[in-house]
Amino acid sequence: MTPFKPVLLEAVGVPGGHTLASYRSRGGYAPLEALLRDKQPGDVVEMVKASGLRGRGGAGFSTGLKWTFLPKDHPGPIYLCVNADESEPGTFNNRFLMEDDPHQMLEGTIISSFATRATTAYIYLRYEYPRSWNRLQAAIDECYAAGLLGKNILGSGFSLDIYLHRGAAAYICGEETGLIESLEGKRAWPRIKPPFPAIEGVFRKPTVVNNVETMACVAQIARRGVDWFKSIGVPADPNNPRDPGSYGPKLYCLSGHVEKPGCYEAPLGITLRELVDHFGGGVWKGRRAKAAIPGGISMGLFTEAEFDTPLDFAGPGRVGCLGLGTAAVVVLDETVSIVDFLHNSCRFFAHESCGQCTPCREGTSWSLRMLERIRAGKGRLKDLDLLLELGNTMGMMPGSTICGLADGAAWPIKNAVNKFRGEFEDYIKRTNPEGWMVTEPVPALQIVGAH
Amino acid sequence: MPVVIVDGQEIEIGADERLNCIEAARRAGVEIPHYCWHPGLSVVASCRMCLIETGQRDAESGKISMVPKLVPGCQTPVRDGTVIVTESEKVKESRARVEEALLIDHPIDCPICDKAGECLLQDYHFQHGQPERRADIQPFHSRKRDVGPTVALFVDRCIMCTRCVRFTREVAGTGELMVSSRGAKEEIDVFPGYPLANKLAGNVVDLCPVGALGDKDFLYQQRVWFLKREANVCGGCSAGCSIYTEHNQDTVYRLKPRENPQVNTWWICDEGRYGWHHLHDEARILAVGRRDAEAGPDRNGDTARRLIPVEWADVVTGLRRDLGAAGRLAVAVSPMLTVEEAWMLCAVARSIDPEAYLALGHVPNAGADETFPGGFTIRGEKCPNRKGVEEVLAVFGAAGHDWHGLLAEVADGRASAAWITAGYPQPWIDEPTAERFTGLSCLVVQDLFETPLAKLATWVLPATGFAERAGTWVNVAHHAQSFRQAIRPPAGVWPEGRLFWNMLGRRGLYDPGSVRRQVAESVPMFAALADELPATGVDLRLRQLA
Repeated sequence: MTPFKPVLLEAVGVPGGHTLASYRSRGGYAPLEALLRDKQPGDVVEMVKASGLRGRGGAGFSTGLKWTFLPKDHPGPIYLCVNADESEPGTFNNRFLMEDDPHQMLEGTIISSFATRATTAYIYLRYEYPRSWNRLQAAIDECYAAGLLGKNILGSGFSLDIYLHRGAAAYICGEETGLIESLEGKRAWPRIKPPFPAIEGVFRKPTVVNNVETMACVAQIARRGVDWFKSIGVPADPNNPRDPGSYGPKLYCLSGHVEKPGCYEAPLGITLRELVDHFGGGVWKGRRAKAAIPGGISMGLFTEAEFDTPLDFAGPGRVGCLGLGTAAVVVLDETVSIVDFLHNSCRFFAHESCGQCTPCREGTSWSLRMLERIRAGKGRLKDLDLLLELGNTMGMMPGSTICGLADGAAWPIKNAVNKFRGEFEDYIKRTNPEGWMVTEPVPALQIVGAH
Repeated sequence: MPVVIVDGQEIEIGADERLNCIEAARRAGVEIPHYCWHPGLSVVASCRMCLIETGQRDAESGKISMVPKLVPGCQTPVRDGTVIVTESEKVKESRARVEEALLIDHPIDCPICDKAGECLLQDYHFQHGQPERRADIQPFHSRKRDVGPTVALFVDRCIMCTRCVRFTREVAGTGELMVSSRGAKEEIDVFPGYPLANKLAGNVVDLCPVGALGDKDFLYQQRVWFLKREANVCGGCSAGCSIYTEHNQDTVYRLKPRENPQVNTWWICDEGRYGWHHLHDEARILAVGRRDAEAGPDRNGDTARRLIPVEWADVVTGLRRDLGAAGRLAVAVSPMLTVEEAWMLCAVARSIDPEAYLALGHVPNAGADETFPGGFTIRGEKCPNRKGVEEVLAVFGAAGHDWHGLLAEVADGRASAAWITAGYPQPWIDEPTAERFTGLSCLVVQDLFETPLAKLATWVLPATGFAERAGTWVNVAHHAQSFRQAIRPPAGVWPEGRLFWNMLGRRGLYDPGSVRRQVAESVPMFAALADELPATGVDLRLRQLA
């Protein structure tokens, strides 16, 4: 693969890289100054649209397009929310961005606020990120002192206040409308859509919610230009009219059974095998890989044979995964039991299901109970069919839930059972030689509380 | 007019109506099952029971394009050309799965659950559920805890529709209830130290589609399938909320709100909800008595205080005789009486003494009206029919005569006999006020309970409560509602209407309908009462304008 010099992670390892002075020395805030001086908000929206930037939070929706959904000439306030509630298992790229280069995402946030005409921005920060909190708050204070935030920024007439909000420590708070509810001080139950946040969001006002990495990308697009951004990544598939292409650099979070886990920056479209071999130093202890999570636990599973799939927005979907997600790759080596993997996954989602919609609330809990029972040597082949049925019917795509996180809970179940059915069947028959063929309901095991 | 197609059936809806799929389907006679949606609460679309298939018919080509995924009927508004499919395989499978999911964590303790028989989870399971259980069998448990003085929560029966939570936030405005924990472990709860104790708290029990919220007043008192319900009107205040009186064998077990968009929407207050216990109070006056000096002294040698039981047939003649002989008559027409009863009472009084002073009886008042954030109002005036009685009095030339006027008549000696109808569930008259009636030659008191006034009476007659009478009440907003008798009064008690009917010499059984028609003919304000009233009643003022 071609060598790639990190851009988003430029400040990592730079002493004092998180300070305003260091950021300015790398060329930071100059683009903001130029932009506030010479451009109109509409120009910035067009710039981001032209760059083909897609949201880095997981869904991969076009950022510029999202901004255009805001009502034109809205008389009241418009809000920008930065989703820093990074809680997808395996994901830690936002943390790098916030701890090592907070000014990069702040510049992106100021530019995005200018583009969307927001005069108040909220950063909804994951509760468990105290260092990010300290670094971000310090950076915001520096910005106010330097006149980069507050009233009449750099004499441009544009005003912006950024509030750092510490999240409510739940997975669901990362869901766009769950985040909005939580920001308003309520229980983070995702809202029914429509209305979408662009029409009615925080405090029932038009709102844009963007990921931290998206903000960083906006800053880099402003600094390096649309052409630079479009020169990186994968162009649109001409055979798929719904594929807008995957442009720009991406932060991949590599963890699991690799020699060198970490957060790596690479052009979109790198294959999972390249990522593991080139950056991760290969599977650890000289073992073979069995499977990998391509983009956070909710995206499903790659088998080892699927490792050559490119990690762009369209790639994982081609092998039956939900999508690129947060590009958090977790590698499982050959010693991992897929039964254990799925149990762990189900335990996470049963614990984190917000409990609003019946299919997800009960489906995640039921699947965990079944996995508990299978692991206790009381599994039945019928359970696999039930698991698949749960996986196939739970989520926003079949229409049975309000938010898409239920799809994320369903995908590991579907992928694990479909792609590793043989292993499940062997496990059940081996551990439950007497009862694997039973089809009547059996007594449930008492589950040890997930808390 | 916009046309909606429900399961192939075309129905028209109003051009300005904003209906969701559940409401539109209901117009077509199709029930879309739902738990979390309630017309009086915000839409959350979380139970997913009302998932249906929808589409849109193109106005020009007539082609129908369907939405590929299921959508919640509660959240989806209908417009011209909306196609609703409620019985496709996809929809049926989805309902079966939701039912199955809800039952996974439900104790299924129907045999000891108060809700059994009127439980949506039961009903929908039989209609839409899986024939057999596929999930693991859970050990039985159903934890119970108090969430307030009147409401108990059976935690594990809850299906998390959050209707109760939304009610306390949106209608009562008190917000005591909340959801705690997450996922399948989540529960309804109250904040520590803040019990569910608002004046509308009982409504959460009606809202609960399953047996999770239980009314402690009703808990374990009666299986619901033994209950019969009569459409009634609450007599607790001048709001006149539409209710169902649910009873069995002449015993009331509970009151439920009856939907009436013009009066109480879907709610009633707790004061009304539990305001039936006086009907079965053992202290009620049940026998007719007449104090007769000629009857000889009682055990204490007191001749004046002795009540001699009288047969009802003798009351009819005896009252007329005693009052007729006593001189000028003053009559208090209680605002607890129906329009029909008030009318007959006035007619009886005038037939005994054409100069009789007629006045509105005592109007209990508990202070200012109380309006809740959801718009529901509890009235300070604690009687159901002041407006109706006032209208009747006006016809008899007694407009503006009230209780204080009557007291003055009596105190000034302008009246030498009085007939006081009361029937208040609460104590209403004190000793000093009652003392003013001592000089009368004949005092008739008709009341539910013993009062200082009844102690002085020549005649003590039992009164009846709200569920024991039939007739029409006019609420504070001139809204008239007719209702029938729900239960019979205790043995030996005649409802007021029956006594007046007989005193007027009418033949046969007391028929409020015939009196109502007569009232409607002679009082312009009551013209609307000539017809059979709809169950929700009529606004008398609207008919005046028309």
